[in-house]
Amino acid sequence: MTEIGLGHYLTLGAVIFSIGVIGIFLNRKNIIVILMSIELILLAVNINLVSFSIYLNDLTGQVFTLFILTVAAAEAAIGLAIIVVYYRNAGTIRVEEIDKLKG
Amino acid sequence: MIAHAVFFYVFSIIAVISAIMVTVSKNTVHSVFFLILDFISISCLFIMIGAEFLGMIMLIVYVGAVAVLFLFVVMMLNVAQQKNQWFYSEATSGHIPIGLIISTIIFFELIIVVGGWKYKPELLNPNTTKISNEISNTHSLGQVLYTDYIHVFQISGMILLIAMIGAIVLTFRQREGVKTQSYLKQISRERSEGIEVLEVPSNKGVKIDD
Repeated sequence: MTEIGLGHYLTLGAVIFSIGVIGIFLNRKNIIVILMSIELILLAVNINLVSFSIYLNDLTGQVFTLFILTVAAAEAAIGLAIIVVYYRNAGTIRVEEIDKLKG
Repeated sequence: MIAHAVFFYVFSIIAVISAIMVTVSKNTVHSVFFLILDFISISCLFIMIGAEFLGMIMLIVYVGAVAVLFLFVVMMLNVAQQKNQWFYSEATSGHIPIGLIISTIIFFELIIVVGGWKYKPELLNPNTTKISNEISNTHSLGQVLYTDYIHVFQISGMILLIAMIGAIVLTFRQREGVKTQSYLKQISRERSEGIEVLEVPSNKGVKIDD
């Protein structure tokens, strides 16, 4: 219990990943919270990569965490821009009312 | 070692609770604040286990940029009127059991992987990019980032550039009826459209502004 190993960090990553998936499925409010859940999922991936990198004594995981960070920032910027344009056109960002594609 | 355990549990419990609050919070602004708290505690964990450069970068990028971007968008869009709905409505409440089932299945799959997974023996000794104890984390990251991973680094820069251009193009809007200075129009002005030579009849004059 007091010896913190790789498994503890991986479990933390698994918990945060699952919370992110729950957030995507259960969200009925607006798309911004879904984007935040995606950020949570990427954060869980980062936790996994960094803890593997530290416990396997290999720097590659941290390098790829940097690239994931880059892609996550780009994704957040593009996603928020799309949300702003959609709100300007449709006047709502509530998940239930976004049904133009009839999916 | 006991301090490591105590700090790990404190930060991870804060992270998990704030992640739950991100998803269940009624107010979107509160969700953004809990997202900030989540990123801060995870970056404390990163600093604690020795990835201090990544922890600091997470603080700068997420707390400094992404979270502020989220706050801007939340305040630009009128989401205050939409906070009364919490999780379900009559039409779409069928998502809830499916979502819960799928995410618990994902969680237990990940736990099974953690519990039953063994290292391959040849992966235990990486001979390419070992973490060295003599130089700092930032120094060693810089040594591999700008040599071995230079192409990936350049590609990630291109991704950021494309994201910036895309966000500008998406949200840019040409407004009508706004008086702005047009350099092209100013530079391409010619003598013929600027001045006019008139014969002025005596005792009558001309009107100049019609």
